[in-house]
Amino acid sequence: MSDAQTLRPKSQSRFIVVISELMRRPRAAFGMAVIMVMVFGAVFAPLIMPHDPFEQSFDGLDLMGGPLPPGGDYLLGTDLLGRDLASRLILGTRTSLIIGLVANGIAVILGASVGIAAGFFGGWTAAILMRFTDLMMAFPALLLAIVLAAIFQPSLMIVALVIAMVNWVQMSRVIYTETRSLAEREFIQVQRAIGSSSLRILGKHLLPHLLSSIVVFGTLGISTTVLLEATLSFLGVGVQPPMPSWGNIIFENQTYFSTAPWLVFIPGLLIVLLALAFNLVGDALRDILDPTLKGRHG
Amino acid sequence: MKPDSEIGRGDTARPVLSVRDLTVQVATGEGGKTVLDHLSFDLQPGETLALAGESGSGKSMTALAIMGLLPRPMARITEGSILLGDQDLVGLNDKRYRDIRARRISMIFQEPMTSLNPLMTVERQLCEVLLEHRMCTRNEAPARALKLLRDLRLTDPEQRMKQYPHELSGGMRQRVMIAIALACEPEILIADEPTTALDVTVQAEILDLIRLMQKEHGTAVLMITHDMGVVAEMADRVIIMREGKPEETAPVEQIFDAPRSAYARQLLAAVPRLGHAPERSVKDSAKKLVEVDDLSVRFNVTGGIFNRTVARLHAVEGVSFEIRAGETLALVGESGSGKSTIGKALLGLVPWDGSVRIDGTQTRGMSRRAMRPVLRDIQMVFQDPGASLDSRMTVGEQVVEPLKVHQLASGSELTDRAEFLFQRVGLSNDMLSRYPHEFSGGQRQRVCIARALSLSPKVIVADESVSALDVSVQAQVLDLLQELQDADGLSYLFISHDMAVVDQVADRVMVLRLGQVMEEGPREAVLHDPRHHYTRRLLSAVPVPDPSRTRALLPPAPDAQSPVLALGESFQRVRLETVAGSHRVATGT
Repeated sequence: MSDAQTLRPKSQSRFIVVISELMRRPRAAFGMAVIMVMVFGAVFAPLIMPHDPFEQSFDGLDLMGGPLPPGGDYLLGTDLLGRDLASRLILGTRTSLIIGLVANGIAVILGASVGIAAGFFGGWTAAILMRFTDLMMAFPALLLAIVLAAIFQPSLMIVALVIAMVNWVQMSRVIYTETRSLAEREFIQVQRAIGSSSLRILGKHLLPHLLSSIVVFGTLGISTTVLLEATLSFLGVGVQPPMPSWGNIIFENQTYFSTAPWLVFIPGLLIVLLALAFNLVGDALRDILDPTLKGRHG
Repeated sequence: MKPDSEIGRGDTARPVLSVRDLTVQVATGEGGKTVLDHLSFDLQPGETLALAGESGSGKSMTALAIMGLLPRPMARITEGSILLGDQDLVGLNDKRYRDIRARRISMIFQEPMTSLNPLMTVERQLCEVLLEHRMCTRNEAPARALKLLRDLRLTDPEQRMKQYPHELSGGMRQRVMIAIALACEPEILIADEPTTALDVTVQAEILDLIRLMQKEHGTAVLMITHDMGVVAEMADRVIIMREGKPEETAPVEQIFDAPRSAYARQLLAAVPRLGHAPERSVKDSAKKLVEVDDLSVRFNVTGGIFNRTVARLHAVEGVSFEIRAGETLALVGESGSGKSTIGKALLGLVPWDGSVRIDGTQTRGMSRRAMRPVLRDIQMVFQDPGASLDSRMTVGEQVVEPLKVHQLASGSELTDRAEFLFQRVGLSNDMLSRYPHEFSGGQRQRVCIARALSLSPKVIVADESVSALDVSVQAQVLDLLQELQDADGLSYLFISHDMAVVDQVADRVMVLRLGQVMEEGPREAVLHDPRHHYTRRLLSAVPVPDPSRTRALLPPAPDAQSPVLALGESFQRVRLETVAGSHRVATGT
């Protein structure tokens, strides 16, 4: 009993506790499973692709030169150029996951930091940071992305950065408002009365309370970023063809929606599934991390 | 339990409301929990029945059940009946209930600010009620609304009609709430802690008003309160509640003179009474730990497009005092008197002018970093223990957090300190790894006191530290504070609005009004021989837990200088004149 651990909630590693809690909740476990499958697909794409995703096969087109529907040799059918859709989707998982995680991750961290700093310090810091945020908000996001992408050489990482640059503003607005009301609360006052440094108050007391908003807003951002990447690809400043991403598969084929619906539906479904999986995990994470909600999940 | 009629006042009139075996259950994770257990009572026309008890006793649940406002689907009535005349209200549908609310039963709530719509003028809110229940035509409504405000003795009723709730003081808002509640002349008024959020002087005015309205209209009042002083002053009969069960039902004189149940006796014994305080030893020779000279705190009021300072709020003006080792100085005053601000200034939580010495160290102009060593000598316990603990951290971690911040302990030493501190405040060590929401209000305040003690300070600022607690818990926490003072010679700056509590704990008392000292001196002198009219007014407003004593009607408050002044204007300070010894009184106000 004489080690410092008794002051902590549980003596086991926090990480293991959180993971096992996640697995006990069916919806969260489903979300985790979906994410695992997608990560697996992205990592081992070359090994599990049934066909060459770039090969414009003659067999992949019907007699009229149209794409093949799902079934048969090509499991999910082929696209307009006779390429295997299943293989392109598997390879596209790489792009979409990187965009969804990296671009969104940067946006979340940047947006949350700006919001917290402005909300906690107030005064001039807040005035400058928030006016800059407003400026970014007023600027047409797509135009900004096109300009940035045109200046730099288009590559996956640049695309991710560009998306992060236009997506952090909403997050910072939300977090700013919430930090401001939290900073007025009595338990933060107590910290000042104790003599805690600003850094300690921010990290130990404000951040845990903001985490649920950050997680929820962050997971919602994943689908937005995946679609924004698709828009950029469509405009020619995103991921360069013939490299596939879920977004550009939809955009390449959207005009043939009525004759070849699978080309739009299947990648669309995958984007929804990815966003849903992150949302389910995020929701559960928020509940697990809040001790006042313990034992109330349904 | 005996049926009510046997112990009632022997009235032969039919009760307006008759509650029988009312049982309410609330759904929890572990199944249904009974929060109200077979409660029965009759409410006679024109009488005041008080439901008294501590938090969790089910008194508010009773009110909500009668109004049909139980939070659904969490809470529901599982048994019993509520008879309004011949009509049973249990199971009544929403539409029929709407005809009963406001028209036959009205309710006023604790917090008048949150129960009024902030976006509607007083006039519109009053007219809305009148029209909704078809009490008059659209053209007559404004005139009736005005009459209602006049009946409730609001100053300048024509002007009040055009104002929004935020432009009114707490007392005025509660008057508007009562006006709305009485607009349709209901038979029953349910008042759920109507004065708890108000200052004592305002409380006295509102209680007088409720009594007056009752006399004029013959309304039956169901008064829900935790304050035995309010019970003594208002009630004809009392039901003492505890954990959802009625403990004792009796006429008010009997409850106070000869309570039969052990719980009622216990509850009454815990109520602090003015003038019944224990003797305190004099500590004149001790060292001065806090020396405050000419302390002023002013906040800038900004306005215009460029957020420039347009006026200044003088929260504290020229206050001087000192606290010796082992001594308790109490600051009393109404809300807005600057008493909390003084406490915060001592810890450097608000910007201030003047001179503050903590154990000899001048803290003027110190940065937060420089203040750190000073904070080891002076700590603060806040009003609301629930809000001042971080809900995401275990109490054990929070108790020793000051030690970590000041790098005074680490590793296993922290646990030892936490266990020691928990023992000192009377909590057991196996609670250390729990979270704040698993504790009761009183236990939480003990945790906060333990945290304040962790740095072994010489002075503790207790800012309304017992105001949010139930009386019995309040008595325990006050005892704890006294024990700590006796053992360690701690000094307290005890900030409170409750004169009876101050009488129990203080060595010296300072009465503040709008940031200035009105009267100061030894407790006996200030509280038992008050010289300033403001002190007298405060003391005479305190409800006395003795039904045989009737409080005289409160004289109207004298006008005071507004604490918000334009930039160039200078604040008119009062001068203090010595009455006897260290007893000093403000002159010229």
